[in-house]
Amino acid sequence: MTASDAGSLSRREWLLSDRPASRLQARLGRAYVAWRRFSANRLALVGMLIIIALLVVAAFADVLAPYSPTVGDLKNARLLPPGAAHWFGTDDLGRDIYSRIVYGARWTLYVVVLVAVIAAPIGLLVGTVAGYAGGWTDAILMRITDIFLAFPKLVLALAFVAALGPGIENAVLAIAITSWPPYARIARAETLTVRNSDYIKAVQLMGASPFRIVLRHIMPLCISSLIIRVTLDMAGIILTAAGLGFLGLGAQPPLPEWGAMIASGRRFILDQWWVAAAPGAAILIVSLGFNLLGDGLRDALDPRSGDQ
Amino acid sequence: MTAAIAIDGLEVVFDRFRALKGVNLEVREGESYGLVGESGSGKSTLLRAITGLAPVASGAITVNGKALGKTRDKAFYRDVQMVFQDPYGSLHPRQTVDRLLQEPLAIHGISDGEKRIERALDEVGLGKGFRFRYAHQLSGGQRQRVAIARALILEPSILLLDEPTSALDASVQAEVLNLLEEVRRRRKLTFLMVSHDLAIITHMCERLMVMQDGEAVETLTASQLIGHRVSEDYTRNLLRASEGFVRV
Amino acid sequence: MNGNRDAQPKGTLLEVDDLRVTFPTRTGLVQAVRGVSFSLGRERLGIVGESGSGKSQTGRAIMGLTPPQAEVSAKKLSFDGIDLLSISPRQRRALRGNRIAMILQDPKYSLDPVMTIGRQIVETLRTHEKVSKAEARERALEMLRAVQIRDPARVFDLHPHEVSGGMGQRAMIAMMLIAGPELMIADEPTSALDVTVQLDVLNILDRLVAERGMGLIFISHDLRLVSSFCDRVVVMYAGKVVEQLKASELRDARHPYTRGLLNCMPRIGFERHPLPVLDRKPEWAA
Ligand SMILES: Nc1ncnc2c1ncn2[C@@H]1O[C@H](COP(=O)(O)OP(=O)(O)OP(=O)(O)O)[C@@H](O)[C@H]1O
Ligand SMILES: Nc1ncnc2c1ncn2[C@@H]1O[C@H](COP(=O)(O)OP(=O)(O)OP(=O)(O)O)[C@@H](O)[C@H]1O
Ligand SMILES: [Mg+2]
Ligand SMILES: [Mg+2]
Repeated sequence: MTASDAGSLSRREWLLSDRPASRLQARLGRAYVAWRRFSANRLALVGMLIIIALLVVAAFADVLAPYSPTVGDLKNARLLPPGAAHWFGTDDLGRDIYSRIVYGARWTLYVVVLVAVIAAPIGLLVGTVAGYAGGWTDAILMRITDIFLAFPKLVLALAFVAALGPGIENAVLAIAITSWPPYARIARAETLTVRNSDYIKAVQLMGASPFRIVLRHIMPLCISSLIIRVTLDMAGIILTAAGLGFLGLGAQPPLPEWGAMIASGRRFILDQWWVAAAPGAAILIVSLGFNLLGDGLRDALDPRSGDQ
Repeated sequence: MTAAIAIDGLEVVFDRFRALKGVNLEVREGESYGLVGESGSGKSTLLRAITGLAPVASGAITVNGKALGKTRDKAFYRDVQMVFQDPYGSLHPRQTVDRLLQEPLAIHGISDGEKRIERALDEVGLGKGFRFRYAHQLSGGQRQRVAIARALILEPSILLLDEPTSALDASVQAEVLNLLEEVRRRRKLTFLMVSHDLAIITHMCERLMVMQDGEAVETLTASQLIGHRVSEDYTRNLLRASEGFVRV
Repeated sequence: MNGNRDAQPKGTLLEVDDLRVTFPTRTGLVQAVRGVSFSLGRERLGIVGESGSGKSQTGRAIMGLTPPQAEVSAKKLSFDGIDLLSISPRQRRALRGNRIAMILQDPKYSLDPVMTIGRQIVETLRTHEKVSKAEARERALEMLRAVQIRDPARVFDLHPHEVSGGMGQRAMIAMMLIAGPELMIADEPTSALDVTVQLDVLNILDRLVAERGMGLIFISHDLRLVSSFCDRVVVMYAGKVVEQLKASELRDARHPYTRGLLNCMPRIGFERHPLPVLDRKPEWAA
């Protein structure tokens, strides 16, 4: 006990050392400080737990779900209320709602991750290039951004899906295409505040190419605000995906996507409330989780909060 | 002796504002040359014009015998480096000292990086303990040492110094000035140094140019300045002012 | 020439007794200010000391600009009879800028990089006084002219990175002076200015003290300047006041730290290579 205490104490000191001896130690030390700041925020931890739970559920859906998510028992199990056999009840096709929600976690994750992977880098690239290059490049890129921003996100996504055809992949694509502009704005604003700083000039004076400056010196400064923003947006992305699913333009039956599940449950909302309530609650909890996580990340990563 | 830096009729124009109005300057090889003058008179602009950071409207700049065009090639930056005034603003906030020093080496594809970094840190009096620190873990004086190490790591022959000590307190200033003198002696560097403190200029430089409103007022040797053998009123004002505040 | 200087300042404006500022950091508590006491009338008080000795933190504590994680305590911290530590944040904000102003060190950081200089000054003025846009602009230009900026109309429309180091600093000064404060804390206000402009700025500050009865705390590490400009000097080392003396007597300072500081400045006509540097003794910090 005391031995492990001493061990952990010295490990902490190693991490917090103000004269690290290697690149790795410096990095880990920095990460550790961010973690300490993050974990001081209880709600952020709750958010993180929710997201971890989502990951676990998605990964082990096969084990966690007692029934098939797509094939139901039409004869005996239509619209059963929550009970011991079916925790969240069953839907109109006799499928176990709990199992569908468990599998639905995969689709939610799929949507969220794909959108983040597509939209954030586009936004980052457009924003930093526009901000750093200035002039015509800036004007053109930002006008394009403005055009995208001028339409409500759901309406624009609807238009894209209508053009591309319904389906979850197209829904993801449509959401990604409509969600990068705010990221570009953030990245550009951040770039504008640093591009005239002496430390960027110093790199120019080393003979670095503009490409290298943007990629290696400006982007790292924008990334933390972007991560925060993307995390906070996750809830919105889930809701947009659910909205598209609800309108029948996103995931197609029998995929257990939460939004689509609510859509199919709305017919029975008054008599069999659980069909729509369970996926609704799932969306609510996961959105909340991402929001809390985003708030916590803001405290931990915000470049303006000082580095002490 | 050839000129390390020769500037002829240099004009710099921002939008329509003429920041430099035809300045001539010659810095000999191995010399330490000072620039003093009114705030906003274009001293920093002059240094930036040499490094290609300011829009040159007309005039010629020659460095080590080579005439410079609109753009600078990579080789230029191995010859000329600059140290900025504000040590708090000139180091990237998200990079360790190690990373800062590695960057120029990576840009120029220099392979004996490890050795150079150690040597540069040694030379500016920062031990190994500082190598993996971030800028915010350093004091102002230490930061300025890192900035000097970064400028030295490409082994330039000319160092441009823009008020390298004005953000530092007197005791640290003395340390940094001593350091600069020492590396100059050891590496036979040419200095072009801006300062608004005449005492620092006379301490560090052999010759100097006094500037006002984008123009050169006069060129002096340090001993002329010390002996108050100056011909222009503005220089005389500067000398009087540097004796301290007098209540009128 | 300094006839009015030795006259006793009427009434104290600011009283500081046993001021402490403590930062919780990852490696324990850092005491940036450790029991600083002084009082200020309508006069010029210099605070000198090396980098990290707590000069800025002292000023910031008086202003109420200490970072939120830090803790400020004092036996007494009162401005014009108002106990600064017990009033509400709102009252504090109202005091700040209106009656107490601070010229922050590092103008580059204190100015907004994406707003023009003129707009920043105008906005400062308009948060304190109800004036029309045109009048605010006039006053801002006048203020820029007062701090000896050539061509104020041009500088008005420039962004902070487009002005020289010294112009940025003067813009900052103009911004703080425009509200006409009673107590001014100037943190290294002239470090980036050439000597003649420096004297002009000091003249402005001096007039405000002499004519309007402003109290001035002048933080600097330029002992030459402090000894000629201020009435009294407080010397700080490692968060403590090690010496308080009349500015005119700075040359006869007793503390080895003060003497060392005086000694390591280069002086015109005295060749010393290398310059002497401070040999810091641990007992100074005790
Ligand atoms: N990017 C820019 N755009 C417009 N004007 C500029 C720009 N950079 C500099 N200037 C102008 O050029 C003039 C000279 O500036 P510079 O920075 O060279 O002065 P300096 O002599 O270094 O002064 P200081 O001693 O205060 O640093 C100033 O009037 C400034 O406003
Ligand atoms: N946010 C912070 N967290 C922890 N310590 C801090 C923080 N800000 C300042 N300090 C510490 O407080 C001490 C005093 O700092 P301060 O800025 O007052 O110094 P100073 O006398 O103004 O120096 P300089 O001449 O460099 O401006 C320093 O040792 C510094 O490390
Ligand atoms: Mg300058
Ligand atoms: Mg300070």
